[in-house]
Amino acid sequence: MHHLVVGAGPAGVTACETLRQLDPSAHITLLCGESGEPYGRMAIPYYLVGNIDEAGTRLRKRPGYWESLRISLRHDRVAALAPDDDRVTLESGETLDFDRLLIATGAHPVSPAISGIDLPGVVHCWTLEDARAIAERAAEGSDVVLMGAGFIGCIILESLVKRGVKLTVIEQGPRMVPRMLDAVAGGMLQAHCESQGVRVLTRTRAEAITEAEGRLTVATSQGEIAADLVIVATGVRSNTGFLDCSGVECDQGVLVDEQLQSSRAGVFAAGDVAQGPDLLSGSRQVHAIQPTAVEHGRIAAHNMVGQGARYPGSLNMNILDTLGLVSVSFGNWEGGDAHHALVLDNRDAGRYLKLVFDEQDRLRGAIAVGHTEKVGVLRGLIQSRRPLHGWRERLQRDPTRLAEAFVAMPLAQAVKA
Amino acid sequence: MAWTGKILRVNLNDKTCKEEPLNREWAQQYLGQRGLATKYLVEEIDPKADPLGPDNKLIFATGPLTGTMASTGGRYSVITKSPLTNCVACSNSGGFIGQELKNAGWDMVIVEGKADGPVYLYIENEKAELLPADDIWGTSVWHTDEWLHKRHQDPLLRIAAVGRSAEQGCLYSAVINDLHRAAGRSGVGTVMASKNLKAMAVRGTLGVGNIKDPKRFMQAVNAAKKVLADNAVTGQGLPTYGTQVLMNVINEIGALPTRNAREVQFEGANEISGEAMHEPRPTDGKPNLVTNAGCFACTIACGRISTVDKGHFSVKNKPEYWGASGGLEYEAAWALGSDTGVDDLDALTYANFICNEDGMDPISFGATVAAAMELYGRGVLTTEQTGIPFDFGSAEALVKAAEWVATGEGFGKDLGLGSKRLCEKYGHPELSMTVKGQEFPAYDPRGIQGMGLTYATSNRGACHLRSYTVASEVLGIPEKTDPLTAEGKPALVKAFQDATGAVDSSGLCVFTTFAWTLEDIAPQIDAACEGEWTPERLLELGERVWNLERQFNLAAGITGADDTLPKRLLEEPAATGPAKGLVNKLDEMLPEYYQLRGWTPDGVPTPETLQRLGL
Amino acid sequence: MQRALSIDPGKCTGCLQCELACSFEHTGLFNPSRSVIRVFTFHEEGRFVPYTCTQCAEAWCLQSCPVDAISINADTGAKEVNEATCVGCKVCTIACPFGTINYSQATGKVVKCDLCGGDPQCVEACPTDAIVYVDADQTGLERMRQWAARTDAAATA
Repeated sequence: MHHLVVGAGPAGVTACETLRQLDPSAHITLLCGESGEPYGRMAIPYYLVGNIDEAGTRLRKRPGYWESLRISLRHDRVAALAPDDDRVTLESGETLDFDRLLIATGAHPVSPAISGIDLPGVVHCWTLEDARAIAERAAEGSDVVLMGAGFIGCIILESLVKRGVKLTVIEQGPRMVPRMLDAVAGGMLQAHCESQGVRVLTRTRAEAITEAEGRLTVATSQGEIAADLVIVATGVRSNTGFLDCSGVECDQGVLVDEQLQSSRAGVFAAGDVAQGPDLLSGSRQVHAIQPTAVEHGRIAAHNMVGQGARYPGSLNMNILDTLGLVSVSFGNWEGGDAHHALVLDNRDAGRYLKLVFDEQDRLRGAIAVGHTEKVGVLRGLIQSRRPLHGWRERLQRDPTRLAEAFVAMPLAQAVKA
Repeated sequence: MAWTGKILRVNLNDKTCKEEPLNREWAQQYLGQRGLATKYLVEEIDPKADPLGPDNKLIFATGPLTGTMASTGGRYSVITKSPLTNCVACSNSGGFIGQELKNAGWDMVIVEGKADGPVYLYIENEKAELLPADDIWGTSVWHTDEWLHKRHQDPLLRIAAVGRSAEQGCLYSAVINDLHRAAGRSGVGTVMASKNLKAMAVRGTLGVGNIKDPKRFMQAVNAAKKVLADNAVTGQGLPTYGTQVLMNVINEIGALPTRNAREVQFEGANEISGEAMHEPRPTDGKPNLVTNAGCFACTIACGRISTVDKGHFSVKNKPEYWGASGGLEYEAAWALGSDTGVDDLDALTYANFICNEDGMDPISFGATVAAAMELYGRGVLTTEQTGIPFDFGSAEALVKAAEWVATGEGFGKDLGLGSKRLCEKYGHPELSMTVKGQEFPAYDPRGIQGMGLTYATSNRGACHLRSYTVASEVLGIPEKTDPLTAEGKPALVKAFQDATGAVDSSGLCVFTTFAWTLEDIAPQIDAACEGEWTPERLLELGERVWNLERQFNLAAGITGADDTLPKRLLEEPAATGPAKGLVNKLDEMLPEYYQLRGWTPDGVPTPETLQRLGL
Repeated sequence: MQRALSIDPGKCTGCLQCELACSFEHTGLFNPSRSVIRVFTFHEEGRFVPYTCTQCAEAWCLQSCPVDAISINADTGAKEVNEATCVGCKVCTIACPFGTINYSQATGKVVKCDLCGGDPQCVEACPTDAIVYVDADQTGLERMRQWAARTDAAATA
């Protein structure tokens, strides 16, 4: 049995490890599209600040790890998946046959279609290589423009400030991290960044980038901004291009079912490239976050070896530490009228909490700013899909008692995957 | 070491919070908490200051072992000049806020002046600020607690607050912390409210360290924990029954003051006893007691957590009182029950909830209700004043009284005066069961002679916790003495007073001394604190504290003539029980006590005594 | 056979000796805010529930770590954070649905129960045997939750 795992991010790596655990005799190939050892993108900000070196970003650190698991790690990318055969063609030209295929190719950053986006000094912050380029240019005192205040932009924001650059953030949307935080929380983040000397321009669109004498100028809807470095973090898109004509059905990503299997038998997808079931809505969505990638990888591996495993769906969640202000969001926090949302707003003291319930008193979403203690229970509470019954009234009186609400619930089974 | 070395000085006049170093020299002489804070108070305020004026100060003080792993090491005290007694007041409490203050890096908080509007003090480690309390002024401690947790979005915030009773000027209002622990006596909460300070909310995450010899400290702590676990009182009696283990015992020896101390035995004692709290109620099949509970670091866990029957008249249609909360300790059960003649356990528990919710000392409250009941029984008070029939034994009267004092409504204003002022107001000062204006607690000095001397000489007015000779006279700790004789009691009282002075200054709970002696305590302090700490030194320190308090009271205008007991205890013999025919023999004990103390026959410390103690 | 913490909330008095012992063992200070065992107080029910990592088989924290900073101690079975490797990204703190791995402002890393290398100090400190370290299939989690479930029932009653 040959398992081919394409992509060496958290989803692919977890899948390989799980496959090895479940099937000691299988032949496992892990294709890594970037040079070097598999690494975690989540570690890039810490590399940028200099807290860790490149080795510190590695997903697995033990020397000889892949060999010890008899995982064949190859550096190559898939150019195409044959429509009728269980075979891929690699960019190197070689072909590989497989019995089971896991697509864990992740995503790539996208750029706005504006002039000057290809100029030197305009970079993404996605790969370790991008990070090296930024580290080289983002010198203390230099002017840096960060295009996009989404999650990716925000996780590198702190490292840029710590490098001592003069930072301007421009965001098209009405607030920072609009898909993760609501208006109050996003506003708190902005105010906090501004108080730390970061210039934040929301509702601002970059229109062109020009270069003169080694300096860049970003023309925006709010005027021109000079920069030594422009970092583009305006979004990512799943890497599905090589699947054209392969018979694998794609939408925003590879559409997968509860077994993480695509429309084509024997072909699975996991991680940022997979558009799988969403826990709360049941619809299929891309949740490009590390915990989902890992769960996808594990569940997919079970199904690849024929041990039926059902994935109840992923929960969107994120955590950001922006210059000391920690914000988290879980699930579907949008909307919620007075009856369904509990809000504590003490934004002046850096604290905010919003809990949103559905019609059955089940927690369906949450945002918290300034809270780090036991925030994981928000996941537990949502994932349990259990009504909060009598606790609802207590939380109404004091929403900060949510950890107690969780501990009081007989959830042990419910939170197990 | 063991001290953080930092004091927070809060000036309410100009709304400033400033850090200053702890006086280390004083710490060596007075240790912490009661002793050290009294030293600061004595040095800083005019003994004649109006207790409810801006010149009085209010000190929240921890001890050097507060916040450590020493069993019961979570105590703090509130020290001020009492509006009830005009004496120095020191009220000790457990719960969790004491250690939180220490964890925030503070040995003490000294509050001075008076705010121009309601404020609360918010402390988060080194950050301390006064914030507006308009939204919580006029609300209960429980509401304030919830509001502050929500406001700061911090479930781990520890809160001490005053209730509406204090705002309304009740003279025996307590500072309540952690919902149901109280710095209960002498009206320290009244002082806090007089300063427009509604609450103190503390979050400390710095850690308590500065232990001189951590390894030796942990050895001493573990050895002492074992002593508590192996002792019948601290290892079994107190966890099972709480201090309520005493109700039947004290009743049997004829020392349970009943119906304003007209009698010394209560026919309903068993109904309101620790044993009764375990019995399933006939109505709902549940016992009053839900569980025992420990204060911070306490391995005894004598605390009571109780419920009231949902169908009981006091809580009918009031679901906010259906949950569990702090239940009856012995003193509260006595004051609310035996002293008022009420044997309805649910009514007592409810009244106790109200005392916690709005910050009243249940001893003074119950004893004042008892005095009012006697005045009513004599026709001095009528329903014109009391609003409803106010007979001994009326659970309805007790419950209403609690609600009225809590909010300052109706007859609650009179009851909030305390027994002494109430009885004076209605022309019968002799019916007030108080010493120096403070109501005495649950031990009748006719049946336990040493407690007469204890009440008479206590520096904060009548109090059992200044020298708990009950331990010796009833329980035989450290050795049994005869409760009916005055012989040897002056020395016993002095020894207990001095030892207690040291314990109250350490951060530990006095209940440990059912099992511990200073021989168990000294090694813990010695391993934690700089300097050498022997039992002898601690005993001397306790004596120093005692004399310092005495000096303050003398300067405040209290004299030896105030070292007395209500006439009833001195002239009306006990009618039943082992003490039948006895009055308290204070006149036999007091002169000997003065002599042992090194005081003049008028009760003034001699220059030699003061010099010996370094005063 | 590996051992596990078995927690009986019915015996807990809420004294926090466990939190003190835990923080003292791991930080050298008495500091409940840095304890990785936490006693929840259910005031209205009069219940105290000590709560910490159950070293669950799913190992959500370990799985979600992007830098391989969490590993299983072969002797104790504990999932342990390697402080030198942890970058403080906090992903594990949202991945763990029990909330038992948390970010420490003081160290900039995450912290969780490591069973004190096989000699859990909370167990040593507990005066009522509410926390014991036993060879048992039925660890604290189920009993802890069964106990707490009564809280739930009480709340709906």
